Amino acid sequence: MATTTGVPSPPAAGPGEGGSLPRKRPLGAEMLFRGTTTAAGTMVLVIIVAIAVFLIWQAVPALTDNDANFLTEENWYANDNPPRFGIAATAFGTVLTAVIALLLAVPVALGIALCLSHYAPKRVATPLGFIIDLLAAVPSVVFGLWGRDYFFEPVQGLSRFLHENLGWLPIFGSEGPYGKSVLLGSIVLAIMILPIVTSLSREVFMQTPAQNEEAALALGATKWEMIRTAVLPFGRPGIIASVMLGLGRALGETIALALTLGGVYKVSFDLIGPGGTSIAANIATRFGEANEVGRSALIASGLVLFAITLVVNMIARAIVYRRREFVGGSA
Amino acid sequence: MTAQVDTERPVVIASGDQLKAKRLPTWAPVAVAAAAIVLAAGLVMGTGWGGPVLTGVVAAVLFIVGLGVAGGVVEGRRAGSNRVATTLIYSAFLLALAPLLSVAFVLVTKGFERLDGNFLGTSMKNISAFDANGGAYHAIIGTLEQAGIATLITVPLGIAGAIYIVEYGRGFLANAIRFFVDVMTGIPSIVAGLFILSFWVFVVTPIFNDGRPGYSGFAAALALSVLMLPTVVRSTEEMLRLVPGALREGAYALGIPKWKTIMKIVLPTAGPGIVTGCMLAVARAAGETAPVLLVAGGNPAINFSPFSDNQSSLSLYVFEQAGVASQYAPARAWAAALTLVVIVLTLTVLAKLLARRNKLAR
Repeated sequence: MATTTGVPSPPAAGPGEGGSLPRKRPLGAEMLFRGTTTAAGTMVLVIIVAIAVFLIWQAVPALTDNDANFLTEENWYANDNPPRFGIAATAFGTVLTAVIALLLAVPVALGIALCLSHYAPKRVATPLGFIIDLLAAVPSVVFGLWGRDYFFEPVQGLSRFLHENLGWLPIFGSEGPYGKSVLLGSIVLAIMILPIVTSLSREVFMQTPAQNEEAALALGATKWEMIRTAVLPFGRPGIIASVMLGLGRALGETIALALTLGGVYKVSFDLIGPGGTSIAANIATRFGEANEVGRSALIASGLVLFAITLVVNMIARAIVYRRREFVGGSA
Repeated sequence: MTAQVDTERPVVIASGDQLKAKRLPTWAPVAVAAAAIVLAAGLVMGTGWGGPVLTGVVAAVLFIVGLGVAGGVVEGRRAGSNRVATTLIYSAFLLALAPLLSVAFVLVTKGFERLDGNFLGTSMKNISAFDANGGAYHAIIGTLEQAGIATLITVPLGIAGAIYIVEYGRGFLANAIRFFVDVMTGIPSIVAGLFILSFWVFVVTPIFNDGRPGYSGFAAALALSVLMLPTVVRSTEEMLRLVPGALREGAYALGIPKWKTIMKIVLPTAGPGIVTGCMLAVARAAGETAPVLLVAGGNPAINFSPFSDNQSSLSLYVFEQAGVASQYAPARAWAAALTLVVIVLTLTVLAKLLARRNKLAR
């Protein structure tokens, strides 16, 4: 305030007058720009609503023609006249494979993430983290092809072993032949979501404030106790977000499951026998042969998938948003 | 003063050994590992229960348990559980490495079997199940065109949306958009495909097409745009937030209007980061199969036009060849998969290298 010397005065205004603010023109560049960006932002809402509207619109013809109960029927005879189809088996398969994949992948992924962020020497961890990021970009069709042509052999052996030793459990009760199964599909799915969950949670773990870690170590914590008390609580919203993102991927995964699931339309917890189907895989495999009603029926099943993923994602986001306020972590 | 205290109390001079907690000798993990392997071999091979794989698994379990018990007895419970956790974390890493390395190995060895000039330069027109030749030229064109058009649509839209969220958005609408951008990230690719199918292919194109649904590469590009949009918005938003507020205020103080500040100062500053985010989004979209399968339909012949007739793409080509009953199909599928991975990883690596040079994100 005191040192005003050297500051050039506004040229247009005379002493003491000040300059007048530019007038707000309704059609000026500023309003145009603002309107454009607002429209672009609103597009997101428009698209979400449009997805629901158009899927419902195109699904109604098949749903009204359907001779069976859409929610409880297991089979998929959508091309028949009258059509009989339902999402019981496919929706069940979608959730089952996604949940098994998540159970398999998340502990391993968190282990790798911790290994890369806190255990491995930095010289090794940085390139390995880079490779994990690259693996997250590998298209799913590659994993599907690998799973069907190469990975089924070890899974066959595993299935035989599980049946021989744990055959009294209904989930391992099938006597074969062991080939395309829920187990194969789920493990391939787990391998696919592993890099995504790892790469996101690694980033969160690496952001743990150094003070928190050093404070834990200074109090005499072992490394594992430091991770349990400083790193994991700090990263919890990020972990939840990454797991939910992995779940979203697993629920919507199409091609890898179309190649590795048996395509048997039955609600069954049998993991190792020939079987398994999912909404997305069903759409991908049935679309080519579908007639008009068949396509409409597939769109109806897609609507269910959309609803499932929407609910899962909204719950996940709500958790992350609420926790972010308390923890202050970034997620 | 201290001297007095010293004389009054019996002085215990602690040697280095007593100050340190008791620790397992460095050879202990090796010894436990050897014992675990011998025990596992005896248990599994000796009784004829299983083969070398099962031996490995049993040995690993025995090693973890053994090390935990030994550490717990000698060093105390907390140190023991620390050892178990460390071992588990490293073994999670090794466990995951095996399948991922296998995928990479198979992809490279099988992919190079057919990857040559002929494969990259010919299409699948007039190729029957008994022909060993045929290639992916048409599919490469499809992938590049679809991903390119999707980029042209999504990048301006996504950046504008992010500008709204960061620079203009206040209140309910901005919060709703932010929330649904996050939710939209989780939309499965097949749902995006079905959306474009029931919106563009079944409703819009029949108007120009004498009532027939128009499957095309452009429809696939639209579906890919739906998938890319939230990723582009999210990454751009994060980059814009990193631009220091002082830069904006400096521009305002000079009397520059807000829109010009954003276009000339905020966007160029955030530029490298935005490019990185867009490239990662393109890389992900280029590998998608399901939307292309639904709305572009696939085509064995070369079709340069994205607006008329069916088009193929590399990922769709892999999926199709995977289902063809021909002894030559697997080699073609793997060669196309390798081509696709090379394209996608080139984009990803470039994006990551660009991100390293980004000064804002440091």
